[in-house]
Amino acid sequence: MTRTIKEINEKIKSGEVVVVTVEEIIDIVEKQGVEEATRKVDIVTTGTFGPMCSSGAYFNIGSSRPRIKLGGGSCSLNNVPAYCGFAAYDVYIGATSLLEDDPRNQVYPGEFKYGGGHIIEDLVSGKDIKLFGSAYGTDCYPRKKLETLINIKDLNEAVLFNIRNAYQNYNVAVNLSDKIIHTYMGTLKPNLGNANYCSAGQLSPLLKDPNYRTIGIGTRIFLGGGTGYIAWQGTQHNPSIRRKNNGVPASPAGTIATIGDLKNMDAAWLRGVSMLGYGASLAIGIGVPIPIIDEDTCRSVAVKDSDIYTQVIDYSKDYPNNVSHAIQEVNYEQLKSGMIKIKNKDVPTGALSSYSKAREICEILKQWIKNKKFYLSEPVACLPGAKDNYIQKPLKERPFK
Amino acid sequence: MTSKKIVLHFPHSLLDQPIVYKLVKDFNLSFNILKAHVTPNEEGVLILELNGDDADYEKGIKYLENSGVKIQPLSQDIVRNEKKCTDCGLCVPICPVGALVVDPQTRKVIFYDDKCIACELCIKVCPTHAMEAHF
Repeated sequence: MTRTIKEINEKIKSGEVVVVTVEEIIDIVEKQGVEEATRKVDIVTTGTFGPMCSSGAYFNIGSSRPRIKLGGGSCSLNNVPAYCGFAAYDVYIGATSLLEDDPRNQVYPGEFKYGGGHIIEDLVSGKDIKLFGSAYGTDCYPRKKLETLINIKDLNEAVLFNIRNAYQNYNVAVNLSDKIIHTYMGTLKPNLGNANYCSAGQLSPLLKDPNYRTIGIGTRIFLGGGTGYIAWQGTQHNPSIRRKNNGVPASPAGTIATIGDLKNMDAAWLRGVSMLGYGASLAIGIGVPIPIIDEDTCRSVAVKDSDIYTQVIDYSKDYPNNVSHAIQEVNYEQLKSGMIKIKNKDVPTGALSSYSKAREICEILKQWIKNKKFYLSEPVACLPGAKDNYIQKPLKERPFK
Repeated sequence: MTSKKIVLHFPHSLLDQPIVYKLVKDFNLSFNILKAHVTPNEEGVLILELNGDDADYEKGIKYLENSGVKIQPLSQDIVRNEKKCTDCGLCVPICPVGALVVDPQTRKVIFYDDKCIACELCIKVCPTHAMEAHF
């Protein structure tokens, strides 16, 4: 059988919609089979919560009297540099921007206690933020200096716009060297002391629609506690990598760019984070509803942790040197057990992605849909897929002539 | 037998006295130093696992108190700020004594403060600064 998004939205409106979380569909498919599950269920909610560095927010602070043109000048928020190379009053703050006087890794490992991710969390929490701007002055924008508190409620627009989120699968990081290392995948103890992973596994949105059949540009999503949309494929989108027989990529693959009104979001789902020895970032909650349009979408969404594989990568040598080499493959059931075997050694696992928060997002999105607060949107265009010859390329460095 | 993990705060005036030596010699207690921090001209903090007969232990503690040493049970000193914790689990493999564990059902991180030895490794590793030291 098949069904359309239009039909599903009518069922949301009439209150007849059957919406379940990923964990519930796994159970239903196991007990009743794909055919029966497809007949019964209209929507499955997915979710993920973890640090996503290529995130940020832009906003418009409103015009000052006399006027100032920040574009071409400089600007900081609580002493964290922001980008203002736009017109007069538009500012973009990226998640990994750091305090101007942060010691970085000069005292190793740096703690990176406050950065762009924390600014976004503070802004969403309704805290006042110190804005400092400087400009060169023009006849029409004469002012050269601006120092003011700003608050999200006074901003004209405040928009979360993330250029890469919700990675479809991710590496497991280990350290084969004999020294401790501090990475964006956390602190890695020497000689395979631990193995860190960063995916919600079976709950993660793009892993549940591996060929992007329902998730596309224009898909309405749960973003940072509010409603957002998929704006484009994310940067480094890489759909053409090796996949398992069930269609699920066995290493990092697709990504999405997301956008949404920051004013409707909640700091519980947008959390500034500090990675020891690495930098600041933003942990984000994202949830994507998957319409069950046919048996194939149902089969894909019910794939379990034990059938989702990823690669164990050495972050002491291979990753920093950009050498593509995997030590071995593991699945998410093994990772979630707390211990995996690598080179005959029992290695404890740690996660950067919160499974319990991802589970909460699946439940919240389900309630939104049940309560008619959230309708599905038809994608307006597809994300590039495996057949589109769309490949993530490394940098080809070329000397100046 | 009593065996407890305690935090001792030494005021500046006691820094030149062999307090722990007396615990061994006069009260027959054995100890394992988990952590020590002494700043000249300020105060000293010593985290000990202290073992001995019940009566000896009591007397030893009384001796410490009478000498002016402030005593705190260790479990009060490393605290998790529940509001900040996102239950990611990054701290779990870092903890050397298994005091931070993922509950297999809820997938939330449980903090067993009675197992904690206050090494503070989790504090710097925690992305949201949810683990706090209150010495």
